[in-house]
Amino acid sequence: MRITELFDSGEFVVTAEVGPPKGFHIEGLLEEAKTYLSDITAVNVTDNQSSVMRLGSLATCKALKDEGLNPIFQLTCRDRNRIGLQSDLLSAAMFGIDNVLCLTGDHTKLGDHPQAKPVFDLDSVSLLHAVKQLESGYDLGGNELVGEAPKFAKGAVVSPCSDSIDAQLAKMERKVAAGADYFQTQAVYEPEKFIEFMEKAKQFGKPVQLGIVIPKSVGMVRYMNANVAGIHVPEEMIEELKADKEKTKAGITGVEIAARIIKECKPYCQGVHIMALGWESKVPEILKLAGLR
Amino acid sequence: MLITQLKSKETIASLASGKAFIIICHGCKEVSFPEKEVAALVKELTESGKVTGSITTDYICNPENMKLRLEKHMGEIEEADVVLVCSCGVGVQTIAEYLENKKVCACCDTYPLPGGQGVTPLEYDCQQCGECYLNLTGGICPITACSKSLVNGQCGGSKNGKCEVDPDMECGWERIYRRLEMVGRLDVLKCPTQIRNFATDVDVK
Repeated sequence: MRITELFDSGEFVVTAEVGPPKGFHIEGLLEEAKTYLSDITAVNVTDNQSSVMRLGSLATCKALKDEGLNPIFQLTCRDRNRIGLQSDLLSAAMFGIDNVLCLTGDHTKLGDHPQAKPVFDLDSVSLLHAVKQLESGYDLGGNELVGEAPKFAKGAVVSPCSDSIDAQLAKMERKVAAGADYFQTQAVYEPEKFIEFMEKAKQFGKPVQLGIVIPKSVGMVRYMNANVAGIHVPEEMIEELKADKEKTKAGITGVEIAARIIKECKPYCQGVHIMALGWESKVPEILKLAGLR
Repeated sequence: MLITQLKSKETIASLASGKAFIIICHGCKEVSFPEKEVAALVKELTESGKVTGSITTDYICNPENMKLRLEKHMGEIEEADVVLVCSCGVGVQTIAEYLENKKVCACCDTYPLPGGQGVTPLEYDCQQCGECYLNLTGGICPITACSKSLVNGQCGGSKNGKCEVDPDMECGWERIYRRLEMVGRLDVLKCPTQIRNFATDVDVK
């Protein structure tokens, strides 16, 4: 089911993310998804996240769909040219997968195959354009598709706490112009910055889901502060994680922080997207604490 | 070797709104330059009364040489709304950096040919992609200044203005954004979605 229908009906849309393993056995992933994520709107499946080679996003989406979950097919431009990307979009449509999230993708040099050729034939904006083009019954080459044209909820990402908000908004505008129906954001730890961003992003009239990454430990947030683009965890939050080591280790502090950010930002956005990074079991607790369940 | 070709008449007409100063680089010995076509263009623009001045020179990619040659024309450049540059991509980037408050536009696309690539300063590069983007990016090349050669804006990978691939490299698109902001041309970011043409044969459009 296209998640745009739910945004349209005014629902506060909750999604979470799973990352396929480096291998082809996904019983564990499916079990976790069924146990902890079955009552949320949709589940994103990452596409060779961080340029680390793993099981494919499309195959994992299909497996989740067979289990009754609603997958969002993440698609990056790093590994396929426009022929491969469009072909995979048609394959997704054949499986009845109708939510996509279009990303440029991390550079190959950041991953576990730094020798690989980075493709970037298209980028996040031209990929959205390609999806829209397929929806009109034609491919990017202008050739007509046979039979029914596919229809997707076209997602894109934006980084609301980046150092250059205006540049982010300019890029967001290009994505909207290219066909983006909804946005998921990079992880937010500074609600005031997010709210300020949303005041400006309102003009585009597209639903935005607040991005959440559960802060697991002091080491993790320090790493993100030093290395991850668009993320800044404030010092008070780091102190909060430091204060009670046992509580933080048990995940309670991280869950509390995540729920607090959601509560604070909820009036300004149309949904939340939780990137649990292995802590999928904490998702129900976060939603409960945030008053969403 | 490289070939420069004039962009389409319509494209150049859209660039030359208002008064223009024209810089023509006859280049280095490695470049094949459309002399006749450029002469016709200059004549046409001059007759329409749109030209404040023009200069024909060589090696505008050498900043010191270029500055010396432009010195005498600074009044005419000041008077112009746009500086049109007929050269390879490196020449346009060198001029755009020097005339940082001016709207500097590329009139040519640059295509590769086998052989030596000319004498260019290291700060700028032209991949001879055949569809010069410099008019959409404030004269900073997104093909060479961005690790992913993105043509529709920055990715989400820059941290504190630095590229995710190389922390010593400034994010090319953040530079482009700042330059466009400085010259009051952020509106060019609202251009249609760009899709690259990797068929470098001139006939595949």
